[in-house]
Amino acid sequence: MIQNFLFAVSQIFAPGNFLLLVLGGVGGIIVGCLPGLTATMALALLVPFTFTMPAESGLIMLGGLYVGAMFGDAIPATLINTPGTPSAIATTFDGYPLAKRGLAQHALIANAFSSLFGGIVGTIVLLTISPLLAELGLKFGPPEYFWMAIFGLTIIGTLASDSILKGLTAGGLGLLLSTVGISPIAGDVRFTFGVPSLQAGIDLMVALIGFFCIPQVLEMVEAGVKKYKVIDYRPQKGVVSRVIKQLITKPVLMIRSSLLGVLIGIIPGAGGNIASLVSYNEAVRWSKHPEEFGKGNIEGIAATESANCSVVQGSLIPMLTLGIPGSPAAAVILGALLLHGMRPGSELYTTFGSITYTFIISFFVAVIVMFLFTALGSRLFAKMVSVPLQHLAPMVAFLSIIGSFAIRNSILDVGMMLLFGITGYVLHKLGFQSGPLVLGMIMGPFAEQGLVQSLLMGRARGSVMAMMFSRPLTLVLVFLCGISIAWPIVMAWRKKANLKSESSQTLPQPDDLRGQ
Amino acid sequence: MQKVRFTAVFALVGLLVLTLGLGAMAKGFPDKPITYIIPFDPGGQSDLEARRQQPILENLLGVPVVITYKPGGGGSVGWAELAATKPTGYVISGNNIPHIILQPMQRGNAGYKTEDLEPVAMFQTTPIGLAVLKSSPFQTLDDLVNYAHDNPGVITIAGSGTYSGHHFAYLQLQKLTGTSMTYIPFTGAAPQVTAFLGGHTTAILANSNDLVQHKDRIRVLGFGSAERFAGLPDVPTFKELGYNMTPSIDRGVCVPMGTPADVVATLADAFLHIANDPKIQQQMVEQGFVPAALGPKEFKDYIAEKTIEYAELVRELDMK
Repeated sequence: MIQNFLFAVSQIFAPGNFLLLVLGGVGGIIVGCLPGLTATMALALLVPFTFTMPAESGLIMLGGLYVGAMFGDAIPATLINTPGTPSAIATTFDGYPLAKRGLAQHALIANAFSSLFGGIVGTIVLLTISPLLAELGLKFGPPEYFWMAIFGLTIIGTLASDSILKGLTAGGLGLLLSTVGISPIAGDVRFTFGVPSLQAGIDLMVALIGFFCIPQVLEMVEAGVKKYKVIDYRPQKGVVSRVIKQLITKPVLMIRSSLLGVLIGIIPGAGGNIASLVSYNEAVRWSKHPEEFGKGNIEGIAATESANCSVVQGSLIPMLTLGIPGSPAAAVILGALLLHGMRPGSELYTTFGSITYTFIISFFVAVIVMFLFTALGSRLFAKMVSVPLQHLAPMVAFLSIIGSFAIRNSILDVGMMLLFGITGYVLHKLGFQSGPLVLGMIMGPFAEQGLVQSLLMGRARGSVMAMMFSRPLTLVLVFLCGISIAWPIVMAWRKKANLKSESSQTLPQPDDLRGQ
Repeated sequence: MQKVRFTAVFALVGLLVLTLGLGAMAKGFPDKPITYIIPFDPGGQSDLEARRQQPILENLLGVPVVITYKPGGGGSVGWAELAATKPTGYVISGNNIPHIILQPMQRGNAGYKTEDLEPVAMFQTTPIGLAVLKSSPFQTLDDLVNYAHDNPGVITIAGSGTYSGHHFAYLQLQKLTGTSMTYIPFTGAAPQVTAFLGGHTTAILANSNDLVQHKDRIRVLGFGSAERFAGLPDVPTFKELGYNMTPSIDRGVCVPMGTPADVVATLADAFLHIANDPKIQQQMVEQGFVPAALGPKEFKDYIAEKTIEYAELVRELDMK
């Protein structure tokens, strides 16, 4: 172990490898910044280049890229209200309001520091207890996926701050959109209206660009050059240390968010998008001032970004220990491992121990380097806000089109993106929000597959009810769903009670919600 | 003397230019970059295979090979796009069996027909095997079949997709053993294998590479190759066990129908050159793939043969 550790450090800081790490990381930041370009795509592009490299060099570069993308995606989320990847959806909720108030740099520093924090927690977990967690992850079967999706949908309660009814409507619309294409279970063709290309379904990223970018552009244009009110970013001194101090005094928030990211990352299919939304939701729930979220609260960014960065290491846990990729990006890295003749599982920690530990430990270095880059660059990035509207709006529109095309090289996707954009604009005007809608799109497939698979399994074993309600993990999840639904009601009731009598007794706090 | 030598050199150079020029004219294809469509997401097995081939192909063909992803609909979006391009050989696509047979059969309009895709070469097969966990009471396929006889529908089998290779392997197994089991479809190898390793299903029908990947934790009861597979030498084939089935997922490349035969031949030569490379074959076996090397004609015959097999199964499924 010590030997492996020393070898790892000597490898990572070998000049060639360190350069690859930085190159990978910077490439990742750029890819993360551009909506439509995903880490997975960039990783796949890199794989042939890693053939000719020693395995550890290739892995260091791939790891750097993966981490870099998680740092980068918050930048457009903050500056132009458009998540660079689905993992940064929740970053827009508080990042953009901050940027509008002229505090873009604060938001970016919060992003950099939280990502660093999440990355370090994730790497420590990956280094120490991954075999244990991988076994735990296997306990997650179809009924658990179903209940996880339901729990995820309860987040609508947090996102729909104005009207629960509108939130539920938007969520329902998102669920419906997720059904377009080939049905995951029966293989039927659904809602394609005779267009074979629609069999591909609606890509989440296409919807994200449509529902976030385009309404943003239209609202900019509508407000006009003069009235579009963004307070210009003015460089301030000591922002870095102030933001970091503010976050360090919230250890519970930071650690909870990071651990949520790791745990959700382990579950195959559930990635940074779910982790960051769940983590955001918990941050709101446990905050003493939930009403401040969504208006530019730095804690919202911290919760999101630390979770979506630790997802990276979480998704590698089942990949390295069992050979099951926890995310599409992890699948590409798995492919690279296999092409280098390394089979995940125990071999990876024994025969190839030195390479594996080099890969894992390189994450420590990668997150620190990326932190320095994004923190030092934050001033530069923050100036984006001051780009004049007549330049900014067309630029965002242009990137939206390029991005939506790049995802699947499909013109139809561009058309759909524009359609969603206009729909999104109208919906915004009517008071509906994009958050619950994309949440529905994310959770829909999990809910559908989990439910039908559980029904099939339950029928085979004689009892559907037992399948849905009697497994230990499902019970925990059902319990969490119950709490999550009851929470806003209890809070409202408590507020009322508080108003009536100052001496109202406090409600017993439910047990730790972080256990799932 | 001096003059003679000069003439000789001149003649030689002239001859060289002529041969090269003629060679280039006869070669013709390819003289610009080739687009290699992967009809799946990046990071899938088809992608990784293409990435393994890409540098070698560029070397052999002398032009850049650009890999493009057109995922969606289990591959149908990419194949529909390929079928609609001009048959010049400059756009090629991964070709997966049984996908290209079953999608047009089931969906009515998948955006392409099986015949629209001209097979070029097949370079890899992943036979499908049936496995249980090491802790399972079933030691042999017979144990499982006997149990299924006595307890219809109780055995659950994890597979990937509906109307897919796994789904039809399950239907075939039921038919040949005269049993009834429950098929649980998942949306890919990762969720399928997770559910199985976690003990949520009794058994799994999985691709050979997944079986090899997880061989320490599982017991493979039957395997879909015609002969025993070097990667899993102790595992009997379904045929050995008396069930005449060889389910597999096969990978190759195709071009649009109507591509000139010499262009197809040039492409096929390049792909077969890679497929016949012993080093690459060894890599494949280690990763759990069965190397293959079928040229255009053999690949076409293979598809025709499989089409008959699947058509029969589809008919039986529809009658239920």
